[in-house]
Amino acid sequence: MHPAIEVVKLKRLFRKKQARRSWRTVVALEEIDLEIQEGELFGVLGPNGAGKTTLIKILATLLLPTSGQAFVDGIDVVKDPRAVRRRINMVSGGEHSGYGILTVRETLWMFSQFYGVPGKVARERINELLRVVGLEEEANTRISRLSTGMRQKMNFARGFVSDPKIVFLDEPTLGLDVGAARDARNFIKSWVKDRPGKTVLLTTHYMTEAEELCDRVAIIDRGKILACDTPENLKRRVKKDSIFHLEVAGLDSWEGLHEIAGVKQLVSTPRDGFTELKFILDHEDVLPQLLGKITERGSRVLYMRKTEPTLEDVFIELVGRSLEVDTAER
Amino acid sequence: MAVSVSRRVREGFGAFRTATRLGWQIESNWADPLVFAIYSIIKPVAASLILVFMYLVITRGKAGTELFAYIYVGNAFYIFVGGVLFGISWAIIDDREHYEMLKYIYLSPIRIYIYLLGRGMARLFISAISVAIALSFGALLLKVPLRITAIDYPYLFAGLILGLGGVIALGIILAGVCLITARHSWGISESVAGAFYLLCGVVFPLDVLPRWAQAIGVVLPPTYWIEAMRRAALGEEVAGVSQVLGRFSNSSLLLVLLGTTAGLMFISHLFFRAAEGRARRRGLIDQRTDY
Repeated sequence: MHPAIEVVKLKRLFRKKQARRSWRTVVALEEIDLEIQEGELFGVLGPNGAGKTTLIKILATLLLPTSGQAFVDGIDVVKDPRAVRRRINMVSGGEHSGYGILTVRETLWMFSQFYGVPGKVARERINELLRVVGLEEEANTRISRLSTGMRQKMNFARGFVSDPKIVFLDEPTLGLDVGAARDARNFIKSWVKDRPGKTVLLTTHYMTEAEELCDRVAIIDRGKILACDTPENLKRRVKKDSIFHLEVAGLDSWEGLHEIAGVKQLVSTPRDGFTELKFILDHEDVLPQLLGKITERGSRVLYMRKTEPTLEDVFIELVGRSLEVDTAER
Repeated sequence: MAVSVSRRVREGFGAFRTATRLGWQIESNWADPLVFAIYSIIKPVAASLILVFMYLVITRGKAGTELFAYIYVGNAFYIFVGGVLFGISWAIIDDREHYEMLKYIYLSPIRIYIYLLGRGMARLFISAISVAIALSFGALLLKVPLRITAIDYPYLFAGLILGLGGVIALGIILAGVCLITARHSWGISESVAGAFYLLCGVVFPLDVLPRWAQAIGVVLPPTYWIEAMRRAALGEEVAGVSQVLGRFSNSSLLLVLLGTTAGLMFISHLFFRAAEGRARRRGLIDQRTDY
């Protein structure tokens, strides 16, 4: 049996215009290999610009790779895009797209017809999805009158109206309020669990989302897959390390802290009135020396705690910077 | 997951119907139905009147001549060309730039031709009403010799279907152009419709154009289509106005129209496929250009 998704040495380059007649080549994906089995809820975790959306666009037949191969349900996405499209659907988060003149129900109905869903099945499914995303009351409201969050919920429902075999979710909870994001995550989980044979490829830069939802996670950065395993196995990579979370006031510079023997990684995030520091240490014995260096500079430690490893820590160890900082910087 | 032919046909028809409905809602949405209906009547009448006044000024008031009927009927049927070209190609720009839904349409299994055709149907329908209004206006108030009983209906419908096929093929080519261009997409369909207005003998017989323009005009299906529509509506006598087209009998004109339309359809398919490939290579299907 073939994997639900298989990617072999997939590479994608973009040319970006810098100035008149001056182009720069950007590597979006650098010969990545990936295999996702049927029934898996697979996460691709990485900062903005890591190559997550490029990967999804290639798999969804919207973009051609520069080299390499990609198969969806055993079908080559370059050679037979129409056969791939019968099996897939996609949701992109943070979008406010939609035909403003149609109502929510009309939009979902239209897409159900584009996928050839029989009328009765489509009507039942639309009602179910409207309930799941909490848009029952807005079913007959025009898209142009919906808030951004509601449009996103509608877009989310659209992705499932065809009951695809494989669904690509590109940052599906981006821009949703906390409750709606939780509902969306619950729906994704139960959708895969209740329907054997369905596969989800989800990209996110929310660590907790990847940790909560995914059977396996690939950590991607600058077009390369740095690690791919279950969240538990990934966390085991840093389990032997000691992870400390500090909040420090009056810290102007953290230069030199990196050089202390035993400090594997250090990430600093400026907050309102203090600096948040995250250390991954080889062992706890390094801590007194580290705290000494901080207080020597006249800084005050406001808060300190030892934490259990998370995917964030795995990301920091692999990439050398925090996903949160990275995403904010880009 | 092999899909049977009957299922494909059923799904294709369902998708076409849905795309047509969407096109109609988008086209008719900007005003209430009464305003839309008034606009639909005024627009073709106003366009005809502009032409009429230009003709009257140049000929010093000689309406009701054979040449006037030739120009008027050609101009009336040309409404289809602008409408259908614009309707099909605009769907790409509108869906990608305005509604940002083109990528979702694209990754559905619907054939993009069916979708574009459906979206263009609304314009086709509106154009058909406009043509009927313009022709009625000409017959009733401008002495254009159109008599319902004298129209050659089988020829009219055969020509209309072939001609529309050619215009749809042109629309698909323009849709392909819109798919791979950003900066100039907005004006492409209008520019092409304008160029065809000149080159296809809509207002001037082909004979008055320079040789190079005539050479372009004789390979374009709308040239033969407009001529066929004139002959169906006004009778074969009108064939004498243009010597270039006058050498074709009614049936040979229809054959040439069939040949050029088939050729154009083939070219439009190749061109659109190539444009689509380029758009996928360059990541243009979901790109917002914001020009």
